[in-house]
Formats: sequence, structure tokens, C-alpha cells
Amino acid sequence: MKRYVAQGYDLPFLKNAATGGDKKWSIKEKLLLGLTPGQYLAQFVRNPFNWLFLLIFMAGLPILIGRFYYGLGWATHGSYDYPWGLFLGWGLFVMVPLSASGFMLGTTVEVFGRDDFKPIERLALLNGLLGYLFAVIFLQVDLGQPWRLIYPMFVSLGPAAVLFLVAWHVATYLSVQVAELLPALAEWGNWPGLKKFIRSMILGLTISGIILSTLHQGALGALFTYAPGKVHPLWYSAPFQWFYFFCSSIFAGLSMLIVVSTLCKRFLSWRCDRRFLDNLDQQTMGLAKGAVLALVTYLAIKIIAIAHAENWGYLVTGWGAYYLLEISVGVLVPIVLYTKALRNNLPGLARFAALITVFGIALNRINTALVAFNWNLYQEIPHWREVIISITVYTLYIVTYRFILYRLPILYQIKVKS
Amino acid sequence: MKNLLDRRKFLKGGLASGVLASVLGTGKKASAEHSFEGYPDSMGVLVDLSKCIGCRTCEAACNKEQELPAPDKPFDDMSVFDEIRHGQKRRTSEKAYTVVNRYDVPGHDGPVFRKFQCNHCNEPGCLSSCFVNAYTKTPEGAVIYNEKVCVGCRTCMIACPFYVPAYQYSSPINPVIKKCKMCYDTRLKFGRPPACVEACPQEVMTFGKRRDLIKLGHERIQGNPGKYIDHIYGEKEVGGTAWMYLSSVPFSEVGFNTELGDQPIINYVKEFLTVVPMVLTIWPALFTGFHLLARRKENQKTTTPSDRNA
Ligand code: SF4
Ligand code: SF4
Ligand code: SF4
Repeated sequence: MKRYVAQGYDLPFLKNAATGGDKKWSIKEKLLLGLTPGQYLAQFVRNPFNWLFLLIFMAGLPILIGRFYYGLGWATHGSYDYPWGLFLGWGLFVMVPLSASGFMLGTTVEVFGRDDFKPIERLALLNGLLGYLFAVIFLQVDLGQPWRLIYPMFVSLGPAAVLFLVAWHVATYLSVQVAELLPALAEWGNWPGLKKFIRSMILGLTISGIILSTLHQGALGALFTYAPGKVHPLWYSAPFQWFYFFCSSIFAGLSMLIVVSTLCKRFLSWRCDRRFLDNLDQQTMGLAKGAVLALVTYLAIKIIAIAHAENWGYLVTGWGAYYLLEISVGVLVPIVLYTKALRNNLPGLARFAALITVFGIALNRINTALVAFNWNLYQEIPHWREVIISITVYTLYIVTYRFILYRLPILYQIKVKS
Repeated sequence: MKNLLDRRKFLKGGLASGVLASVLGTGKKASAEHSFEGYPDSMGVLVDLSKCIGCRTCEAACNKEQELPAPDKPFDDMSVFDEIRHGQKRRTSEKAYTVVNRYDVPGHDGPVFRKFQCNHCNEPGCLSSCFVNAYTKTPEGAVIYNEKVCVGCRTCMIACPFYVPAYQYSSPINPVIKKCKMCYDTRLKFGRPPACVEACPQEVMTFGKRRDLIKLGHERIQGNPGKYIDHIYGEKEVGGTAWMYLSSVPFSEVGFNTELGDQPIINYVKEFLTVVPMVLTIWPALFTGFHLLARRKENQKTTTPSDRNA
């Protein structure tokens, strides 16, 4: 794409910021980015990432189909002792906190009126929406009978269960996020009525987003409180588990947003407008500030919980060493790096810190769900098919993400002609 | 875990605002009402491990009663006692609702056998964690499961402290949870003892009202000084179970988890469940308030918008 942009092709909405107006694009032109099918194919073939993705799909899709044909026993190491594997460990427990950016930035902009974060708000919302959508897709891959997904909603209700709350909240929150992003779609498709309708409810949507997010992020943690004794005491706390997960979702979402925006700047700069690019450094620092606050709170709660349960003794065991490693990599190092970045105004360092934080959060969730789970039984290593399926679904996520970023006004603005 | 109440107090104290604490208080009351001692006349089984000879007749009886698939090794093949997978002895599975394992306990002459199946908890973890309410605790004491509504999330397997529910990973079309149902639909419902209980040639198991079994168990312990460990496993564990055990060797030596505590599983989750109404009631007001404040400040600041930088 960069090459076409450099050659001065007139791509949909690319020039409108500069010229103040755009010609009328048909939906087909918008979909093909204003290129002819031949040109579109040419840029598609030229991009090495597409080849990588194609390779992954070629290897992964048959195995994904096989999972539904031969059953979970064929695709995973799911066992009676380890009912959950990578699909939930990665797809649900890691994807959801990394998608907390939607409600964080929604709150910042719409509730706290911080309009200075507007340029990145839509990216945050999209990151949230897609993360949740694919968490649900991962869940569907993992459920024994995915066609019964709506049972907890309409057929047989178990309202006292934590997962019931997760199911309802994620479903509702998905629709809230779709609604929050409809304005982008409306601008792209040029349907002004739709946009006005959504704008009128945006505050309500945002606040319901906060409520739903607080509860379901916390609920994912609370799911593990069902397993006292199974989850290693250092990763387990009946009173604090929900808060661990909620609090860490804050810096997880913010850091993920920094990572994604960095990738956009690096690989999709042609699609970003000046408003996005020029504000990015300053916004990164703002996000970093929020992340560091949440990180410190999280660390404090972790220490309080250990003190409260008198778990100090576990720290000197092998598990303790691993726990300290997780805390160092996922919490302490990010705090130090973020602080340094903030003090010396180094957006590059903040980006690096964000990457480590994202890694740390993934480590924490995988540890809670898989590694420290059944700590006094044995370790389960995921089946290779399970790994490949997870990579395939994640690639599908990346491709969808990119497809939307190419087109909808997420990284750029469309000037609405009145 | 032992001082759950202390923790709750701590949590309460930690929340500075009085409003929050009062709402939390209401939540606590609501959850206390939920606390449940089991049906008064529910039935149970007392298993006396000291009598078991490891003949596996109960396994065979269960297999027949529940119409389970043929076992990998016949029921008179005692080599199953040596099977070890992942360092663990045999466990219940989709093909076997009950298993007997052999333990060689140092200082005890002869092996000890332990029959195991779903314990039919008074407040089952499986039941409280299921989001489609597939599990039911019947007044007779059985914990049964409705496979017609099960979605296959397998949270019940996470939540069962005894690792009982077994999922049919092998089935792509209709995988369901398989576990002991205390022979509910074929026997218990009609007041008859479970198949495994009846089949046992050594009368290891006594079927009766749970209340009476507890009395019986203590009498047996008292009546045979030195023979039994002075504890009925299951009387109090995780809120009490319908199946209970007497043993002449420490329970931890024969595969029992002795660190589960007496709290039912749901109690560990209540901490979160009390937060839910709090967030639902307070958040909307709180954040609308924030919003109004922010907007007012903004109106005052319109003259110097450049101040609002990160
Ligand atoms: S039938 Fe009775 S004695 Fe034989 S293994 Fe089963 S419980 Fe033990
Ligand atoms: S032993 Fe496990 S499966 Fe059986 S009732 Fe208790 S929690 Fe449920
Ligand atoms: S009670 Fe019935 S289902 Fe349960 S182990 Fe005994 S025979 Fe099997």
C-alpha cells in the first residue's frame, strides 16, 4: 500500500484532511481501497505478511476443522484434571484483559471529558471490540457444544454462577462496543442518521461499558476462586482475585493500546492522518501514566494479599521463585521503565515498557489458568494441535483487525460535509 | 482460607467509604441466607475403608447399572492397581463412575483399598459453578446432572474439589459430563441403595440417612478404640458430603485431600458475588457524577483549552 500512496494514488479518504473534501466513493471502491482489482491483488501479493498469514491458514484451518470433526480429545490435551487449556488460557483469559482499552478510553474521553485522547479513542474501541469478539470465538472453539452458546441466556439459567455473569456481560458488552463503533462505520458508509442516533446515547453506552467491564474482568478472576487448593496459593486469593484481574486489566488494556498504536504507526502510517501521528507521542505518555498507576495499585494489592494470607513461606519455594519472576517481569520492570519514560519524556521507552507489560499479563493469566493450576498434581503441556489452532484463530484476529484499519476511519478522520 | 470472616472484615475496612461498606453489608446478609445445610432427610453412604478387600465388585456393579462401556481391563484384573498416569492412581472417567485404588501404607500390614466416586456434596461446587444450572441436589441427597442443557464449558470440573466430573472429550457431536449419580433414577428415587453399595460382598458401605450415618460412624469409632482415625471424612469437608468415609489409616495416606477445609466452595466465591450489586448500584451514579464534574470544569476552562494536556 505504501508504494501506491507514494505514487500518489487517490485512495478513499486519504487526501480529505488536506484538501478538505473528497470525491464520492462507491462502496466497492471503498472496499478495494480505490484500487482496481488487479492493483489490489498486486499489493496483496507484495506484502510478505500476507504470505505468512496464508501459510498459517493453510496449516491451521484443516486442524481447526478437524477439532469439530474429531472432537476436543483429538485437538487438545484437555483432560479430566485439566479441563481448560490454551483456548481459554490464552483466548479468553489473555485476550479479554488486553481488550480493556475500549472501556478505559471510552471513560477517559466521554466521561472525564478528556478530549485530548480523542485521536486514539477509536483505535481503543476497535481493539476492545475485536479482542472480545475473538475471545468469544476462542470460547466457541473450546466449548464442547458451541451450538448451545445461548443456553445460559435463554434456555436454562444458572444466575448464581460466575460464568453466567461473564456470559451475559460479554454478550452485552459486545453489543455496546459495536454501538460505540457504529459512528465510524456510519462515516465510512456515509449514513449520517445512524451516527447521530448513536451520539445521542454515547454517555449511557460508555457508563454501561464501565459497569460491564469492571464486573466481567473481575469475574474472570473470580472463576478461579472456585478452585481453592487447585490454584497455587500465591496465585489465589478468595477476596482479592477479582480485583487482581480487574486492576491488571487496566494496565493490560492501556499497554496493549500503546503496542497496537505503535504497530499502526510503523506499518500503517499511510492510513494514519496527521491528527493521529502528531498526537501519538503525547498520548502514549498519557496512557503510560495511567498504566503505571494501575501497576502500582496492583503490586500493592498483591503484597497485601500475601501478607493477609500469610503466604510468605511460599515465596522461598520453587513456586515462589517463579512467582517472583512473574512479578518482576510483568510488574516491577514495567513500573521502572514506564516511570523512567515518563520522567524523561521518552515515548520509545514507554512503548518498550508496554510490550513487556503485555507479555507480563499474558504470563500471569497463563500461569493462573494453566501453570499454577493443579500445582500439586502434575503439569499439562498443550497438544501441538491446540497450539496451531490458537495461532490460527489469533491470525484471523490480526487479519480482521488490519482489514478494518485499512478501511474504517479509525486512524484517520473523515471530514463530514454538512 | 481458614479465616474467611477476618478477611471479609478486612475487605470491608479497606473500603474507605461508608456507603460502600453498607452496601457490602447487605450483600453479606443476602449471601448468609443462602448458606445451606443440606436437606434434613437426605440419604448418604458411609464407606468403611478398613473392610474393603479390593475385589472391584462395586466397579462392575456400577458399570452394569449405569450401562457404561466395557472397561479396558476386565473387573477381575487386579493389575489396574498398579496403573499410574501422570504420577496419579486411577481416577473416575467417562467409562467408570467409581474406582477402587490400592495404597501401601507404611506401618500398616497389608494394603488399604479406597473406593471412590462422586461424594454428592451438600453444597456442591459443580452445582454452584454451572451457568446453565445443569446440576441438581435432590432432596434424597444425590447430585444429578442434566446433559440436555450442558454447554461444555467444563467449569464444574474446575470447581469440583474432588476432581470427579469427567468430560467426554472423545465425542465431537454430543460430549457431556459423566459422573456417579448415586443411582438416582434407577434406585435412590425409589428408596433403594445404590448398585455398588448393594453389590459389595464385604458390606463396606452402609446406606442410610446422612444424619444417622454420622451417628453410626462416631459410634463405630468410639466402639473400636484404636481401630479408626477419629474423623469421618465428609462429615464437614467442603460443607459436608453425602458419601462419607471411615479409615484406620490417616486419610492423607490413602488419596484423600485433607486440606480442603470445611467451607463449601461457594463461600470462596461469595467475596466476588457481594461486589456485583455494589458495582451495579454505585457505578452509574459515580461516573455520571464524574462526567458532570468534568464537563463543568471544561466550561470554566474554555478560555484556556491548552491547559488540558496530558
Ligand atoms: S465390592 Fe466392596 S470390598 Fe470389593 S472393592 Fe468394592 S467396596 Fe471394596
Ligand atoms: S464431589 Fe464434585 S461432582 Fe460430586 S457433588 Fe461434589 S462437587 Fe459435584
Ligand atoms: S452410586 Fe451408582 S452411579 Fe454411583 S458409583 Fe455407585 S453404582 Fe455407580
